[in-house]
Amino acid sequence: MTSAVPSVQMLVITKRFPGVLANDHIDFSANAGEIHALLGENGAGKSTLMNILSGLYHPDQGDIHIHGRRVALRSPRDAISLGIGMVHQHFMLVEPHTVAENVTLGLDEPRFLLNSGQIEQKIAALSEKYGLKVDPEARIWQLSVGEQQRVEIIKMLYRNADILILDEPTAVLTPQEARELFATLKRMAAEGHTIIFITHKLDEVMAISDRITVLRKGRVVSTVFTSATSKQELARMMVGREVFFQVTKSPWRGGQAVLRVEAARALSDKGLPALKGVSFAVHEGEILGVAGVAGNGQRELAEAITGLRPLTSGEVYLCDRRITNQNPRQILDQKVSHIPEDRLGMGLIPNLSLSDNLILKGYFAPPLGRGPFLDQKAIDAHCRELISRFEVMAPGPDSSVKLLSGGNLQRLLLAREISCCPRLMVAVHPTRGLDVGATEAVHKMLLEQREEGAAILLISEDLDELLSLSDRVAVLYEGEIMGIVPAQGAQVEEIGLMMAGTKRARPAEVAA
Amino acid sequence: MQDTLILILLILAGAIRAGTPLLFATLGEIFAERAGVLNLGVEGMMIMGALSGFMVTVRTGNAWTGLLAAILVGGSIGLIHAVLSITLRANQVVSGLALTIFGTGLSSFLGQKLVGVPAPDTFRVVRIPVLGELPVLGPLVFQHDILVYLSFLLAPLAWFLMFKTRPGLHLRAVGESPATADAMGVSVVGLRYLYVFLGGMLAGLGGAYISLALTPGWADGMTAGRGWIAIALVIFATWSPARAMVGAYLFGGVEAAQFRIQGTGTQVPSFFLNMTPYIFTIIVLVIATQETVRRRIGAPAALGLPYEREERG
Ligand SMILES: Nc1ncnc2c1ncn2[C@@H]1O[C@H](COP(=O)(O)OP(=O)(O)O)[C@@H](O)[C@H]1O
Ligand SMILES: [Mg+2]
Repeated sequence: MTSAVPSVQMLVITKRFPGVLANDHIDFSANAGEIHALLGENGAGKSTLMNILSGLYHPDQGDIHIHGRRVALRSPRDAISLGIGMVHQHFMLVEPHTVAENVTLGLDEPRFLLNSGQIEQKIAALSEKYGLKVDPEARIWQLSVGEQQRVEIIKMLYRNADILILDEPTAVLTPQEARELFATLKRMAAEGHTIIFITHKLDEVMAISDRITVLRKGRVVSTVFTSATSKQELARMMVGREVFFQVTKSPWRGGQAVLRVEAARALSDKGLPALKGVSFAVHEGEILGVAGVAGNGQRELAEAITGLRPLTSGEVYLCDRRITNQNPRQILDQKVSHIPEDRLGMGLIPNLSLSDNLILKGYFAPPLGRGPFLDQKAIDAHCRELISRFEVMAPGPDSSVKLLSGGNLQRLLLAREISCCPRLMVAVHPTRGLDVGATEAVHKMLLEQREEGAAILLISEDLDELLSLSDRVAVLYEGEIMGIVPAQGAQVEEIGLMMAGTKRARPAEVAA
Repeated sequence: MQDTLILILLILAGAIRAGTPLLFATLGEIFAERAGVLNLGVEGMMIMGALSGFMVTVRTGNAWTGLLAAILVGGSIGLIHAVLSITLRANQVVSGLALTIFGTGLSSFLGQKLVGVPAPDTFRVVRIPVLGELPVLGPLVFQHDILVYLSFLLAPLAWFLMFKTRPGLHLRAVGESPATADAMGVSVVGLRYLYVFLGGMLAGLGGAYISLALTPGWADGMTAGRGWIAIALVIFATWSPARAMVGAYLFGGVEAAQFRIQGTGTQVPSFFLNMTPYIFTIIVLVIATQETVRRRIGAPAALGLPYEREERG
């Protein structure tokens, strides 16, 4: 299957965005019949490189050869006609349209009339052949994320793409769905397709790829055969230093319930039921992890607890005091911290300075505020102390927050949220998009708060993170809790099934 | 009894005539908005269409040349909006409003000498043989000018194009998710230009209908806010050409009823009747600007948002 000429060759590709060198003289090549992983931390430049290969971005410099021939990719159209197809990290699908309409979007066939019968037949044949089950008449918004991904892959196969790029495809899948995807990809590679698989997860790379190219800070560190490397070595290449995978934490000491949620129901932004009777408790010194595929009510849960989203029924208690549908200020004043998903949108105000952001929760009361005035001296001292304690790298307390990198934004946010000595912390995807170093720091801070006796509700899509930090893990599926299991000794397999909607008989509920 | 029947029939036939300019403009705006471009310049394009249509007809003595001129002028103003909002990424609301103000002012200035000039040629009623003789249906549907017949064809055609063909699929995709359309090789910029241009042409056509058929002649501000009504009708029709027809004739009916009812000498103050379309327009616009409402009634998701490929989504 493998021919002498690589099917994809990218030579000295350079791409600069305002303020960042996203790709710095990158050489990359992949062969027909191989699964080639592109590994690197967030921001390493993986998506940028592949967006260039799919014609979406123009490189500032560099050449691309497809099947040995030099090509100019002026637009995605050029790439598609060369057989290059990409499944983007954020799916490229038209939500109100049907699967069939999405699959045929942009094609010259059919010429004029949309003949759905014929299209659907062809889609059915592809689904059959590659095990990609999906209903061609369904509308995208009706599909689960996993199904949407299958539509994306079918879309590429329908165009006879023989070079397939998948950008972090497993981020939205349950472990079982990921395994099915791997099987499909292996089948396609065996048929002679070139598969380029972008990820930052080491286990996946080891499980599926034939070769691996590691990127770091826009540069290629190395390209290696999977059979000749190890997780440790890959991690070192990816991060640039030795990495330790283990988090150490002491066993839970027991304690009072801090947060109690009882039969909570709430609506999503679209007005549809997002929480359908959720009940659980989080105790002193405990981290309760919430697992689940994105969009199953995680955001609504965090917002309902912190007063940002009204409950339509059910109750929330903080240390046995009812806080249901109190306003956010009332709730925060009872020592509740919130690390929202959207750091710059909800957590911090990008155009304000570090110190303005740091005092948002306390400017109105002593010691920071004096009547209608701010006590600049007190604020200054307070902020300098926090910035140095939490090691926020910034020119100074007066520089604007939007200039900070992702890791420093999160440190700043945590500095504010931890400095109020929280009884309860609600942390939503606290390490998403952070590099390994920043992730470690955030983990450490969360565990410190746990030691201090705070109750922590940790919502994350990263199962490894949940299992290593949490004491117990609850699984959300379509607004319901499928089960709560102790994190120690939990089976990834079992959690995966719950993420896909299988309920668990729950004898293991830890009582206070 | 007979009199009331005739009155109703007259009002209904009048509704179709008065609704026709609204229908043209609404269809045009539906095309533009389906492609993701909000053009609040409809009123400006209509009035410039009305003026240029009449002006050229006066020069040439032929209403068809006037019509052609109106279509081109409307389309050109549409192109100005396209350049400003698509290429230069100006705020679409501001750009559209500017064009309306510009069109209203310019038409008033250029039209000074045309006020009171009689129309040398107009679009007259063409009674369709056989069908035109039918009772009720004949006078209602088959005794109109040729542009009304054109609009009868245009609305279903637009619907068919939008929902049953490949170009229609691409049009809708560009307005719902330009990034997706782009990644699949559809030219977002090209299609947006095309449909904003088409929208302008249809608005110009609607304007010309007023000055060459509905009330032949030129009067300052003669479109009288119909452009705004058309924009409200787009929402009322939830971006569907079929429902646009219903909406346009409903509003045409209100307008036709005003004339007839005033003719019968009722006690209802005329300004009250005159007000109704505008009140309705304001209500529709206020309701529809709410994000949640818009999403629920199926507004194109990317409506009003400029698109650039390497911009972060
Ligand atoms: N469209 C864009 N505009 C500006 N900066 C961008 C854009 N896309 C990526 N970047 C920047 O380029 C760098 C590499 O990003 P990306 O290729 O997305 O990384 P990865 O996919 O490896 O996580 C990051 O610093 C990111 O902020
Ligand atoms: Mg990426």
